Amino acid sequence: MNRAPLPDPSALAEGFWAAARQGRLVIQRCHACGVLRHYPQPRCPHCQSSDWGWTEITGRGVIHSFTVTHQAFHPSWADRVPYVVATVELDDAVRMVTDLDEPAEMVAIDAPVEVFFDRIDDEHTLPRFRIRQPDNADEQTR
Amino acid sequence: MSDTLRNRCAIVGIGHTRYTRGTSASTLELQLEAATAALADAGLTPADIDAVMPNDMSDRIAEEFILNLGLEDLAFTSTMHTGGASVISAIQSACMAITTDVATCALVVAGRRGYSEQRVSTTSVRIMPVLATVNEFEKPYGNLVAAQWFAQSAQRHMHEFGTTSEHFGHVAVTCREHANLNPNAYMYNRPMTLADHQSSRMITSPFHLLDCSLETDGAAAIVITSAQRATDLPHEPILISGVGEGHGSPPTSITQKRDITFVEGMHFAGRRAFSMAGIGPHEIDCAQLYDGFTWFVLASLEALGFCGRGEAGPFVADGRIKLGGQLPVNTHGGLLSEAHVSGMNHVIEATRQLRRSVEPQRQVADCETALVTNEGDFHEGSVLILRRREP
Repeated sequence: MNRAPLPDPSALAEGFWAAARQGRLVIQRCHACGVLRHYPQPRCPHCQSSDWGWTEITGRGVIHSFTVTHQAFHPSWADRVPYVVATVELDDAVRMVTDLDEPAEMVAIDAPVEVFFDRIDDEHTLPRFRIRQPDNADEQTR
Repeated sequence: MSDTLRNRCAIVGIGHTRYTRGTSASTLELQLEAATAALADAGLTPADIDAVMPNDMSDRIAEEFILNLGLEDLAFTSTMHTGGASVISAIQSACMAITTDVATCALVVAGRRGYSEQRVSTTSVRIMPVLATVNEFEKPYGNLVAAQWFAQSAQRHMHEFGTTSEHFGHVAVTCREHANLNPNAYMYNRPMTLADHQSSRMITSPFHLLDCSLETDGAAAIVITSAQRATDLPHEPILISGVGEGHGSPPTSITQKRDITFVEGMHFAGRRAFSMAGIGPHEIDCAQLYDGFTWFVLASLEALGFCGRGEAGPFVADGRIKLGGQLPVNTHGGLLSEAHVSGMNHVIEATRQLRRSVEPQRQVADCETALVTNEGDFHEGSVLILRRREP
């Protein structure tokens, strides 16, 4: 799939993208106060500590908001319109942006979602989200 | 409370180009034309200017104004980096420079080839540092442009408060009605109904085409000097009574805002401007509200306290923001229907309303106090309160 622009990982976020290549979703956790944060920054906005590490999260949450985009704002998305862009609020109280392959009528605020990993090429794997079916949620044990 | 800038400076000159789609002029040429018009309106010459505030959105620099206007001894220049909120932030900086005697007379310029070159709808605008995290974490998912970012705020606002697309439509139709009283407006003689709004093509839900501001070519400029010096100039000085900017957090993506339906930066900016001016929302005679998207007008009405949280949809639905209503909004047509000049056209319209110099059919009766907003980046805001004379 043609995706542009592909992420050009910043030095700070390299661990996020490296984990994604291994099928893991990680975010920053402050070692001083324990607060989780995303997107990556060198210091904790809560306590200003620069001591942090990556922590794996479940990748489950709900749709916080979304838009169905009909206009091709970039040529590489022209063959995908209309497509859904959503902001998902994860159980770990951080938000991420994703596109959704679901039909627009399936997409609603508060609908449950789960992460999956979309390997684009050797260097790029995108964590993306999909609607989580209730039975799927029940069976999931993690 | 900070009132050190209250009524210390005044807008003494305004000028702008024609607002078009298609121009042979460069952005710099458009801005020089607007600057020259503003100086003429002020009864001043380039030799009177010792401060220039170039606009970041148009990539212009002070050196170009030194060269082209022959500014031999510039005392102050500063460029603000808050996107569409930059114009009023620049006005604030100019007031600070003048009030502290760093400079005496400032030229503030904005606008660009927004149709012929730097079009927002095709992502051909420049990449700003503030976009770094969006570029890394959102663009790969197709979240590319401002329309999409603001759409998610609008969608959530609809979900939480029952706001409807028709509410957005009332903003669009109001701006268009006002534009049809304003020969300067790009959409003059192009009437629009609520049905037109509802049937216009979907851009990115919930925004239809007619929820999005215009892409136009054009520039606009103002001249600011001290209130004292202003009394010697041709026009009645329009006093800068209150000004403020606001930066919400996190400031680098709307999706990360604690409350994506609340434009916190605008709220902070308004609180500062009202405090400086020593007045409240009920004393505003007209409001020129930055309208990159219809929803942002609703969000600004709430953030500035013109109505309660979540109440802006019904607030605009009964004609309250039309000329003759309780709070006329965007009496020139706004970015939605006059032109997109980075909000400088809102400052100019407020100035004209206070000078009582607009066409009679769109003159706000007894206009004494006008409020102007700018919005930039990710819900950052700046607010300006202008008065006709000291109360």
